[in-house]
Amino acid sequence: MPERTVRLSVNGQVGEASVEPRLTLADYIRERCGLTGTHLGCEHGACGACTVLLDGAAVRSCLIFAVQADGMAVTTVEGIASADGQLSAVQSALRECHGLQCGFCTPGFVMSITALLRENPNPTDQDIREGLSGNFCRCTGYQGIVNAVHRAAEMMRGAATG
Amino acid sequence: MKPASFEYHRPDSVDDAARMLAEFGDEAKVLGGGQSLVPMLALRLAFFDHLIDVSRLAELKGIERDNGWVRIGAGTTDATVGADEQVAAEVPLLTRVTPFIGHFQIRSRGTLGGSIAHADPAAEYPAVALALDAQMEAVSPSGRRSIAAADFFTGLWETTLAADEVLADVRFPVWAGRCGFGVQEFARRHGDFAIAGAVVAVELDAEDRVSRCGIGLMGLGSTPRRGAAAEAAVVGQRAAEVTPEEIGALAMTGLDDIPADLQGSAGYRTRVGAAMVARAWAAATTEASNA
Repeated sequence: MPERTVRLSVNGQVGEASVEPRLTLADYIRERCGLTGTHLGCEHGACGACTVLLDGAAVRSCLIFAVQADGMAVTTVEGIASADGQLSAVQSALRECHGLQCGFCTPGFVMSITALLRENPNPTDQDIREGLSGNFCRCTGYQGIVNAVHRAAEMMRGAATG
Repeated sequence: MKPASFEYHRPDSVDDAARMLAEFGDEAKVLGGGQSLVPMLALRLAFFDHLIDVSRLAELKGIERDNGWVRIGAGTTDATVGADEQVAAEVPLLTRVTPFIGHFQIRSRGTLGGSIAHADPAAEYPAVALALDAQMEAVSPSGRRSIAAADFFTGLWETTLAADEVLADVRFPVWAGRCGFGVQEFARRHGDFAIAGAVVAVELDAEDRVSRCGIGLMGLGSTPRRGAAAEAAVVGQRAAEVTPEEIGALAMTGLDDIPADLQGSAGYRTRVGAAMVARAWAAATTEASNA
């Protein structure tokens, strides 16, 4: 099958590559960009590990072909901390609240929570559980993750007012 | 798994997309948001030599009032439909079912037309389209035609769309009188496909008698279904005189292909379905009588 040239911005870096149409955005990020923070669990949209931001919206990168994302801007977990390595509020809250154990699912959670709090800076417990329902974690039992979302929201409100 | 190889096409217009479908026939499939198609490709449940990506076509996006109807472009995302104020005011069932579709990450890509053209019997938008008698507008190289929801869903993932037709938009009638709407869905986990679910739209006259009723059923057949017997039985009756249990049971009559699988037997789904209709009916009639 003929390859196609795609040009997309990943964490602010614009790159171009010739790809097979069946290459998913997730595989493009991992294999072509060498950014292996985006994890692949199920590869059919169930687990949420591969969540990235595409033009700002949280999406499953395993359910989009790289050719479809041509010209768009992707943010992966590597683009979340600041350039000097300082963790984002979501990342430090996950650490503080024991929101991860093995860490496999964590990049997906970081991206989903980042999008969730951008949309809804004051989520209720219910909003959080609903917002996290598309990401699976097999270690933590979710309580620490839910607490981390509350904590991150609190930190972000503090930063906004203080 | 990884999808099998295919050739990728990105037409510049809906007419172009239809021409490509006509050219490639059964070997081609329209790719919209991809939230149902891509998992099927990844699991190798489906194979196509040609994918025709319509996800960027501006002419497939948008929501507009069209006399007594709301016209929604097939490529409008679930997230857009769910957040739209006009939809919330004029076709509230669409707004209320949207949170049940997958998860927010799915809804940022998934589209209204994609869900309807995919025609999963447990999906939300097809059930709403059926309950409200929506009209599907399809474009092919030979022109444009309108298909009534009642004639659209023919089997599991099957519709009356021809091989060279693209679903361009869907028109939903605005129920403007004393109306109420209810949505109930039961799934093992939030975002899973419904084991059974129901949407109910009801309109009452000044004496609280039912003048119109539409009941859409999810997960209770190989297509989305209507609770036709229940709809017919309640029209002309006072809403308060119909018990929710009664209408729940009536809505289950005539369903002859209720799925049975590890999630539950057909009998179990029937009981869940009746309970969903009963609750949605109660919510819809309460809302309508307060309108």
